Amino acid sequence: MADLAKDATPPAASPGYLVGPGHDFASVTEKISSIVLQRKTPWGWFVGFTISFLLLQGLLVATAFLLFKGIGVWGITIPIAWGMDIINFVWWIGIGHAGTLISAILLLLRQEWRTSINRFAEAMTLFAVSCAAYYPVFHLGRPWLAYWLFPYPNTMGLWPNFRSPLIWDVFAVSTYATVSALFWFVGLIPDLATLRDRAKSQPWKVVYGILAMGWRGSARHWHNYEAAYLLLAGLATPLVISVHTVVSLDFAVGIIPGWHATIFPPYFVAGAIYAGFAMVLTLAIPLRKFYGLEDFITMRHLENMAKVMLATGLIVAYGYMMEAFMAWYSANSYERFMIWNRMTGPYWKAYWALIFCNVIAPNTLWVKNLRTSVPYLFVISLVVSVGMWLERFVIIVTSLHRDFLPSSWGLYSPTFFDWSAFIGTLGLFATLLFLFVRFLPAISIFEMRTILPGAEPEEAKR
Amino acid sequence: MRPGLYGLMAEFSDPREVVAAARKVHEAGYRKVDAFSPYPMEGLSEALGLHRSRLPLLVLVGGVVGLVAGYGLEYWASVIEYPMNIGGKPFHSWPAFIPPAFETTILVAALTAVLGMLALNGLPEPYHPVFNVPTFALATKDRFFICIEANDPKFDPDQTWSFLLTLGPRVVSEVEQ
Repeated sequence: MADLAKDATPPAASPGYLVGPGHDFASVTEKISSIVLQRKTPWGWFVGFTISFLLLQGLLVATAFLLFKGIGVWGITIPIAWGMDIINFVWWIGIGHAGTLISAILLLLRQEWRTSINRFAEAMTLFAVSCAAYYPVFHLGRPWLAYWLFPYPNTMGLWPNFRSPLIWDVFAVSTYATVSALFWFVGLIPDLATLRDRAKSQPWKVVYGILAMGWRGSARHWHNYEAAYLLLAGLATPLVISVHTVVSLDFAVGIIPGWHATIFPPYFVAGAIYAGFAMVLTLAIPLRKFYGLEDFITMRHLENMAKVMLATGLIVAYGYMMEAFMAWYSANSYERFMIWNRMTGPYWKAYWALIFCNVIAPNTLWVKNLRTSVPYLFVISLVVSVGMWLERFVIIVTSLHRDFLPSSWGLYSPTFFDWSAFIGTLGLFATLLFLFVRFLPAISIFEMRTILPGAEPEEAKR
Repeated sequence: MRPGLYGLMAEFSDPREVVAAARKVHEAGYRKVDAFSPYPMEGLSEALGLHRSRLPLLVLVGGVVGLVAGYGLEYWASVIEYPMNIGGKPFHSWPAFIPPAFETTILVAALTAVLGMLALNGLPEPYHPVFNVPTFALATKDRFFICIEANDPKFDPDQTWSFLLTLGPRVVSEVEQ
């Protein structure tokens, strides 16, 4: 705890602080809870919410048409039976991983700077997983039978094939969604109690009161609470790694050249964290600007996130290199053709755009001036998000469109309905985020209190 | 003792004071004591002499149940109930059964952690006497409280009141049942 207090009270004007100077328990509480309770909702919120909500309506229309006509309205064909649906699924689920990394792994590693960004990163995880879940379910073709994926006693006497990575996926993603929701809600309980005690209007008192479940900050409760929070972090850490590993095994267990690679699990996990941190930056930068939270989400937070992005970006770059190297070194003509076709075939633009977005662009973050420039970080975070989407496009489409037999070669072009489903889930994600920042504290208030100077008295230490 | 009295509550505004006070309350022999703080304080639970939480053990049991149930389901479905030859793989393909069993382990353990925490804390609890103290709403903002319950064997309305006053609180108040 000693270095903690040191972290929180830097010499004046040092850029490395975690909380702006002059804050105490009351001002932190005031500042974060007032966004929900007192401050007038900014007009930008209404504009943003309206746009996202309209996009969400677009998703509903596109989905209704899809259900009416069947998945033929998407561009997927044989041989490219996995198109944008699976690209988007992997993209969204990868984005979610940064939330768990920030809230669980950084908690276990005692990285105190995670405190102001963990809450909305966890919310982001939850919403990204909701968006991700849309795709495999509708890609089933008969989504109303999606429950067949779960093992349950049925009149057909059938059970799922547990040897298939696609069933592993069902277990991994549904567990991930459940555990992320639990973690997020447990973190919210003390803050919901703060909102209950500070809300002026009776209906909101009741709503927050019910959600807070009678939390009263008792030392006996905190004692169990801390244990539960740490245990959840400890459980979520291997879980998050297993989820993207299982997602990568969906590919790696197949025999398609370009998929059948042992490097996939670590390379997918690193890519997920990379994409996720990019999305956290994309959200954190406007959030701190519009709500004046620069005291809580400081330059140090942004710079640390940039560093994580740079590190995971380098792991991903290593993955690309190894893919190409192994294709050559394997001396397997299909593998060699696959990588050559990726670089020079019909989708060469996507491949080189991916290399630019994911390998070249983030390496500029070595330069401190660029890493500490907020607009530059915002642009880079968007570039990385695009890059990670392209990565999944390249892995899925370029591997499938040229397989072993030239007679089964084909090309993939997404249709209007592919794009409307993608843009629609962006709308779903943004709608949920807008509602979240409006009705729940976007920064964990009680955890912010713990990193204030003097929060844990000296004499209490052993 | 007056009926309808739940206990006496002292209010503090400084984390150092409340930890010191909690220690003195514990040393004075009071055991039916609770302290309230706006954030988790290790020092406070130590001062109250709280034992290790039982939750880790519960979570371990939850994890083992999840593992056995998950793997058992896979084994039963693939070997006993519906054995099917898929790609010539053995019915009991244990390496392939690991990922789902791992996920069910985590799932049951995490559910145990959350539900167990709530159960050990007795939540949800819609009504509690401490909320009758008017300034108690500040316990979720920047105030710290110590409450000695009336059913503590050492409790005496007058003596406990003056004892609490010696700890230097902002105010001591009666908590109605």
